[in-house]
Amino acid sequence: MSELAVEVREASKIFNRGKANEVHALDTIDLSIGASEFVTLIGPSGCGKSTLLRLIASLTPPTSGSVAVNGKPAEKARLDKDYGMAFQRAGLFDWRTVAKNIELPLELMGWNRSDRRARAEEMLALVKLPEFADHHPAELSGGMQQRVAIARSLSFNPSLLLMDEPFGALDEMTREHMQTELLRIWEDTETTVVFVTHSIPEAVFLSTSVVVMSARPGRIASVIEVDLGRRDDMTREDPAFFEKVTEVREALRAVEA
Amino acid sequence: MALRVARQVLVFAVFLVLVGLAYTGYKAFGQAIDDEQVDWLVIGSILPRTDDLTMPPVTDILSELGETPRGEDQVFAGFLLDEGLFTLREAAVGFLAGAILGLAIAILLARSQLLEQGLLPYVIASQTVPLIAIAPIVVVWGRKNVDFFPWEWQDWMSVSIIATYLTFFPVAVNGLRGLQSPRPENMELMESYAASWRQTLWRLRLPAAVPYLFAAFKIAATASVVGAIVGEISAGVEGGLGRRILLEAQRYTTGPERLYASVLGAAVLGIVVFLIVTAVERLVLGHQRREAVT
Repeated sequence: MSELAVEVREASKIFNRGKANEVHALDTIDLSIGASEFVTLIGPSGCGKSTLLRLIASLTPPTSGSVAVNGKPAEKARLDKDYGMAFQRAGLFDWRTVAKNIELPLELMGWNRSDRRARAEEMLALVKLPEFADHHPAELSGGMQQRVAIARSLSFNPSLLLMDEPFGALDEMTREHMQTELLRIWEDTETTVVFVTHSIPEAVFLSTSVVVMSARPGRIASVIEVDLGRRDDMTREDPAFFEKVTEVREALRAVEA
Repeated sequence: MALRVARQVLVFAVFLVLVGLAYTGYKAFGQAIDDEQVDWLVIGSILPRTDDLTMPPVTDILSELGETPRGEDQVFAGFLLDEGLFTLREAAVGFLAGAILGLAIAILLARSQLLEQGLLPYVIASQTVPLIAIAPIVVVWGRKNVDFFPWEWQDWMSVSIIATYLTFFPVAVNGLRGLQSPRPENMELMESYAASWRQTLWRLRLPAAVPYLFAAFKIAATASVVGAIVGEISAGVEGGLGRRILLEAQRYTTGPERLYASVLGAAVLGIVVFLIVTAVERLVLGHQRREAVT
């Protein structure tokens, strides 16, 4: 690992500083994520995992400390479009077709029409929705919409993918299917992924390491390395998988106590 | 789509028939009271009178449309049509100007919270000035002061300005709400792409505002007709439905059904502009009505 994809140094985040409703969301966070890693952030609600993701995305600045992405300040990385982002809601623009949604970041980057369309079709093949290019989002199920959102976030080949509970609103079966799909895409594209979740099995199944956070103020309680090798649906029934699930669960219990 | 519009036309037609029936029914009720005389005295003196001068029969109003006024060469409905088109032009120009002005104000206010807080109260305050009060001023200004346009200023353009005054407001207020309607994650998405304010405006805020704008356009379209008619009446502009209503009101005793027919014409004009906006909305927003594959 020559260069770190994400490097958070002593970052703190305080909302409404100095006011009655002051919230200490994050307290001196140190986190290093190497290129091509898949890191999940997990913790009780209010532990600041989404805030940490937004700090990395430079959607909100840290109150103190620093955040670097690909060796440069997070804001520079945002302006350079170094990362793609996916949210809990797919957040597709319902007035645009599926292909046009995927083309949105490419449009903003000044790609020409035929390149955009070609890439959109490529991405739709990647998320296995090739026949839906000219449909509108309202015609798609929740899981399909989320796949389009992932295609959108990856369309410009960002080296980093930031995901904020992207499968949170999906049913269990769709969710597991999407996890398998995401891993396949991750292996294909060698993108670094930072993934926020509150599902323990999801964190264990997906990650190379699980960051367990504690609440009020948000701190990193422990980092659990996971190495399940190539994962498929059988992995979910593997004793090694359950072992890691137990380990993460105990770490979370320790945090909540 | 044509079917939906046809259905809406039908709804309005049924509405007009129902109004006609209610009118006729009330008139019959009033006449019955008049015939009874004694017991109904109290109510009879409170309720509006229903004799043929106060409430001409619906059949008279409708047949008046087909009659040729004395000394004229076309039927009354023909006059109403010409005058309706004249008023429609004033209203349409006023509506377009109001829509553009309203949208511009909405974009300006959406630009910054400071502008919104500073300017929105004035936008609202502008609507507290009665339309009837400003109408004559606008017409006088139009006649005296406007010579910087390449074309000659005409009175109907002043009426359009009065209609604009009524139409920009709903567009500005609803448009602002629409521009502020995108979900936080959609705004964050644009921010994550480091999109400029203008890119966010064109690709997210404006498209998201379209349904809100159409809601406003429906209000604004009917308001523009009201503005044009009131503008004509209070400014004394010749040629439109407002002028016709004023004229027929003045000679009411010799032909009450002509006033009613003129008002009917104004109502139909309002319905027509509403239907036009609705049809355009269906055309633009049709894709949002498709059903989900589940």
